[in-house]
Amino acid sequence: MNTVKLRTTWAIVTITGLTIILLVMFLSPFAFMVFTSLKTPEQITILGAPIWPAKPATYEYNGKEIEAFTVPMNTCAGSESDTSNKSLILIKKGLKESTFADPSDPDRGEFVCTVAWRSLDRPWQFAPTWANYKEVWNTINYPRLLWNTTFYAIATTIGVLISCTLVAYGFSRFDFPGRDFLFIVLISTIFLPAFVTVIPTYTFFQKIGWVGTWLPLIVPTFFANAFDTFLLRQYFMTIPRDMDEAAMIDGASRFRVLWSVLLPQSYPALLAIVVFHIVYAWNDFFGPLIYLSTNRDAWPISVALQTFNGIYGQKPQLIQAGALMALIAPLILFVLAQRFFVRGIVITGVEK
Amino acid sequence: MFEELNRGFQLPTLKTFRNMSPLKRREMRDGLLFISPWLFGFLVFTLLPIIASLIFSFMDLKITDGILSTPDFVGLKNYQQMLNDPQIWTGGESGTAGSLWITIKFGLISLPVGIFVPLILALLMNSPNLKGSMFFRSAFYMPYIIPFVAAVFLWGGMLNPETGWINRALMAMGVPRAMVPNWANDVNWVYPTYVIMGIWGVGNAMLIMLAGLQGVPTSLYDAAKVDGANAWQSFRNVTFPMISPVIFYNLVLSVVFLFQYFLVPLVVNNGTGRPGGATMFYNLYLYKTFFTFQNMSYGSALAWLLFVLILIVTVFMFGTARYWVYYAGEGRA
Repeated sequence: MNTVKLRTTWAIVTITGLTIILLVMFLSPFAFMVFTSLKTPEQITILGAPIWPAKPATYEYNGKEIEAFTVPMNTCAGSESDTSNKSLILIKKGLKESTFADPSDPDRGEFVCTVAWRSLDRPWQFAPTWANYKEVWNTINYPRLLWNTTFYAIATTIGVLISCTLVAYGFSRFDFPGRDFLFIVLISTIFLPAFVTVIPTYTFFQKIGWVGTWLPLIVPTFFANAFDTFLLRQYFMTIPRDMDEAAMIDGASRFRVLWSVLLPQSYPALLAIVVFHIVYAWNDFFGPLIYLSTNRDAWPISVALQTFNGIYGQKPQLIQAGALMALIAPLILFVLAQRFFVRGIVITGVEK
Repeated sequence: MFEELNRGFQLPTLKTFRNMSPLKRREMRDGLLFISPWLFGFLVFTLLPIIASLIFSFMDLKITDGILSTPDFVGLKNYQQMLNDPQIWTGGESGTAGSLWITIKFGLISLPVGIFVPLILALLMNSPNLKGSMFFRSAFYMPYIIPFVAAVFLWGGMLNPETGWINRALMAMGVPRAMVPNWANDVNWVYPTYVIMGIWGVGNAMLIMLAGLQGVPTSLYDAAKVDGANAWQSFRNVTFPMISPVIFYNLVLSVVFLFQYFLVPLVVNNGTGRPGGATMFYNLYLYKTFFTFQNMSYGSALAWLLFVLILIVTVFMFGTARYWVYYAGEGRA
């Protein structure tokens, strides 16, 4: 009995431990992003600087901030037997020997160590800087981008929600010849390469003057899409028809049945669509790129962020700060609404 | 989702409509009314554009400074140009492969990763020996919701040859500085770089596979055990057939996605095809033809070649499905 228990404990520790290691590796770019975005430009350029945000340590001495170095103590006059390294401040620079003071032992005063100070390592102090966020905020006009992206996400979510609900209801609760064929056509559209439809659509929108506006991105969402319609139809089909029929006997119209019977029971599927679609719109890059690149004022955050590569290629601290500012909103939404994401995926992927 | 596609359907004949009762007619009218947003959208934003791009591909049509050129029918000229376009087939002066082969070559690396990594993660999440699996599945899924451009920047930083953590870790493990990969700037490493960036998108497939795994009845495992099956045999003969529909689903979506792959090279290597033309994916070339050079007619011809290719591959995959995808309750469908 005890050996069995021991074996399962061992298995739990191994599997869980392995998963933790995998997860840490998997999510390490987030740490990279946060650390890098808090670094000063000086730290970025110094080779051998720590990976966490830091600055070379300085101490106050006689009212002045003075740089510190890591000195092997046995090179210093008066502590030849001390084999440790200490952070000392450099008072007077010399070629072969320099004058130092010990910030942790100010009473000792100044003393000479026989080291070439240029070859010494410098101790680092944890020192995050928020300046990168401020700079990015101002350069890209962050509030404007947030508003644009939020507007896009909300407008398209409303479109998807209304149109997919109606269409899913039509496919799940009405029997008519050709329905199954049409449903297969609907699903087949997910195999269609975007460019086959994008090129003529773009040409058309160009002709009627919609390129550079939000309209080509928002209007089509009011005409339903395969994934969300499928998800809602699957959900509707799990709701027994008895209640529809009872309502209809009581004189409810078809639309009334959808509104008062199906929708109140479908809120998990509806919420799944809302969260998916907000994230989808927030992250959408291709649509805004082709329709809005000429209109800087309408850019959502993803298109603005992409331009960073060109502007800030040599300033990773600003790129990472910008990335964090772009991903924070979907991240918060995900943390708050995890279970709706999971449920929505399971319905589309696993059910028939 | 794809079982729907395997299910047969009957196209209605005129007779069916003629023989409908008034009640049925009413139902049909209401049903069509409810699906009318999609019907209209399908006609206007899908069917008409498909036909239009086919027509475009036989024309000469460009946009210059926002003004559409007068369309001119040129017959098969675009298709002739396409057949002789070194960028598609041989890679031209750059000496690398053509765009089509680049796409296929990348798929040979990315598709297996895109199936096995989520499968292994799902098996891990499904293990009775994993404590806190609810937390882990959310955490592994989470990067999926990160804006794609931000994710590319994070991994771009991680894989920076000088300052990235990956090369720092490699050097800390004793790999000499001269040997660490140059990642996105090296012809031989750029595809693995893209695959690594793509691993952040496995969360969706992982959750679908996990749900598939959880749907396997335990009685089947018990039966396999009674028959003396070892772990591999029970995976091969119970788990795999039972989750084959979700594997198929993910495989088909990954292939369709692969054929349209271009956003990562567009952002990471600025759509230049660098290093050495190795990242001029078919869709990147198509995007540049259509968007950068605003050549609508040649772009349409390229899009139609892609459309036909995807159609052939999808039909082929659905054809092989009957040999290895098992839909419970329908025998082998």
